[in-house]
Amino acid sequence: MSLLRLARAVLACATALAACSPEPTPAPPATTTARYIDIPAGAITSALASDATPGPAAVAAFSLRETPVTQGEFARFVAAHPEWRRDRVPKVFASDGYLRSWPTPDRPAAGADERAPVTDVSWFAAQAFCESEGARLPSWLEWEYVAAADAKQRDARADPEWLARILGWYARPATEALPAVGGAANVYGVRDVHGVVWEWVDDFASLLVEGDSRTGDDPDKLKFCGAGAINLKGRENYAVLMRIALLSSLDAADGTGSLGFRCARSSQHQEQP
Amino acid sequence: MKSRLISLGAGASLACAALFGCASAIAASSAPKGSEPAAAPATTIRAVLTSPPNVPPPTNRKTPAKVIVELEVVEKDMPISEGVSYTFWTFGGTVPGSFIRVRQGDTVEFHLKNHPGSKMPHNIDLHGVTGPGGGAASSFTAPGHESQFTFKALNEGIYVYHCATAPVGMHVANGMYGLILVEPPEGLPKVDHEYYVMQGDFYTSGKYREKGKQPFDMEKAIDERPTYVLFNGAEGALTGDRAITAKTGETVRLFVGNGGPNLVSSFHVIGAIFDKVRYEGGTSVQQNVQTTLIPAGGAVSVEFKARVPGSYVLVDHSIFRAFNKGAVAILKVEGAEDKSIYSGKEVDAVYLGDRSQPNLNAVAVATKNAAAGALTVQDQVKAGQELFAGTCSVCHQANGAGLPGVFPPLAKSDYLAKEPKRAIGVVMHGLTGKVTVNAVEYNSVMPPMNQLNDDAIANILTYVLNSWGNSGGRILTEDVKKVRATKPPVAAAGH
Repeated sequence: MSLLRLARAVLACATALAACSPEPTPAPPATTTARYIDIPAGAITSALASDATPGPAAVAAFSLRETPVTQGEFARFVAAHPEWRRDRVPKVFASDGYLRSWPTPDRPAAGADERAPVTDVSWFAAQAFCESEGARLPSWLEWEYVAAADAKQRDARADPEWLARILGWYARPATEALPAVGGAANVYGVRDVHGVVWEWVDDFASLLVEGDSRTGDDPDKLKFCGAGAINLKGRENYAVLMRIALLSSLDAADGTGSLGFRCARSSQHQEQP
Repeated sequence: MKSRLISLGAGASLACAALFGCASAIAASSAPKGSEPAAAPATTIRAVLTSPPNVPPPTNRKTPAKVIVELEVVEKDMPISEGVSYTFWTFGGTVPGSFIRVRQGDTVEFHLKNHPGSKMPHNIDLHGVTGPGGGAASSFTAPGHESQFTFKALNEGIYVYHCATAPVGMHVANGMYGLILVEPPEGLPKVDHEYYVMQGDFYTSGKYREKGKQPFDMEKAIDERPTYVLFNGAEGALTGDRAITAKTGETVRLFVGNGGPNLVSSFHVIGAIFDKVRYEGGTSVQQNVQTTLIPAGGAVSVEFKARVPGSYVLVDHSIFRAFNKGAVAILKVEGAEDKSIYSGKEVDAVYLGDRSQPNLNAVAVATKNAAAGALTVQDQVKAGQELFAGTCSVCHQANGAGLPGVFPPLAKSDYLAKEPKRAIGVVMHGLTGKVTVNAVEYNSVMPPMNQLNDDAIANILTYVLNSWGNSGGRILTEDVKKVRATKPPVAAAGH
């Protein structure tokens, strides 16, 4: 396991430094009509504990895509960037299941809902899509910060209804066709954070949950690069834990039928190290 | 390769990104998945997996082999009870998961596949594996992926396997468990039938048998308050047409596991005695067992001979689980009766205890006459005699003699004669402390006779006053009512 994990972590590390895109993608003009919602700065007590920053973690202001990226949007991206077609993309950036639900390499099935979220996309592909919108994937902390909200409050995590909504989705098998995006908005105006798909985050590779999650306080902390500081906190917060477990089971080239993504942009004033 | 990477990881945090260029990163990612294959034994066999309640055939091998096991994780909706559906997470599409059978010494190449339609990542911990996490540390598998690891079956026995992905309890509660049998080299003694039964507890938001789709309830699971306790994952999985069967004279071996996640099973077959139990799946054999304990995450194999035809009910003898939460299965035995072992019903007759209706005729007569205003002393004595026999004679004896030093006599009692109506309060409120009766001191406790109504007390005391050489007289219901209307005296004052 350590070998695979390390390979993945290293790969992610390397890519994060922009050392190896399949070919440089020039940032295209922002032709997209996707709505980005401004998210004010704040703090969140993450389900992930960090040795470096005990207590609530600060989240700088940013903006987040209102909805997950849809099949139609991704098809247009692939048309504009054919290097991301599944028959052309290098295996190292998208493994065999990439866009597997599409009957042809360039578009989804004719009868499929264009507005359903795209799934079976790799982290690399998701990142490339976001770059094409002049954006990036959100960090885990940014995602968790927005996902803590419900329709009325910014942090609804103590509300049983918030939990029940997530768990209700977990109980639905992934074999059903996904609904179109555009569900009820949360307090920020962001939609479909829960109840439709899992979502990639930029730093998923540092969500290093042990493959065997029962090691208690004895994780192999030094096994992974940059991962020594991160461990799970709040085991009762298992609904969030399951999302982390899903992301941590994946390599950056992988995807699943229930994993999509949305993009984020840093606020210009807030872009600090 | 592995150790090199670990040392690098240990030595660096973010620096690792700089250490690895593009090329090495790609090389690492395209390295073959899984570890080096173990030294391959002579033969390679694909394991036969079976769905419950079936057990794969014996391996019948004299030598170890390399055995390939391919197990697929599927998340699917299935009925948990009639009209109630639940999203189970399964190994092989069933609860419990597919039965795996290997031989001690086999090298098992395990492939865990997670169906693309799954939502969750899963892994597997086999209790028959010697190594970290029982395989869990090497089998964390995302939806649409496959993991492989290899282990040697060092110990024989019947072992539970289960998913160990966080939150572990939820994965287990959703049905992710099964059994793997590691046969001893000589194989197991031959029997006529082998069956696979596994108990599990389930936690749904709705109540027991509440219809419709029922989601998992984490609160109930943490509180260990199951909605269902089931054999083989559904109510009725092993009853009716799906009951397991045998014929008289045949031997039956049940591999019985307990997936939990919480409850320990008191496994019992109503009407059968286990000839042999390999309890907790170990090698010690216990004989002549009525009920055997199966820990959560443990298993037993039980053997017995079917001798008398009929339906034998498998239960968790923590019996509310059986009849109120679903932990019932049926073994149907067919064949000829053996009346020398069990006769069936030979007598069906009425039985009457001595407190049954005919003996209280006199009480009924007294009640009737009292209502008509024609109650005689004789009516009261007869009714009192019957009531005395049921209530007072236990201590004061049927002949009123009491027990010397313990229970005071009522026969020829000076205590009674001195103040007959005092006895009303004694019967009604009891009597505690010292009393002197016929020059003997008693110091014990008589409880209040709350079960007697006013008529009964009047009749009993009238009977006592007119028996065993006492002075005679009569206590009327009105006398009793007066006493009941006053406050009870301070205990033992005046005695």
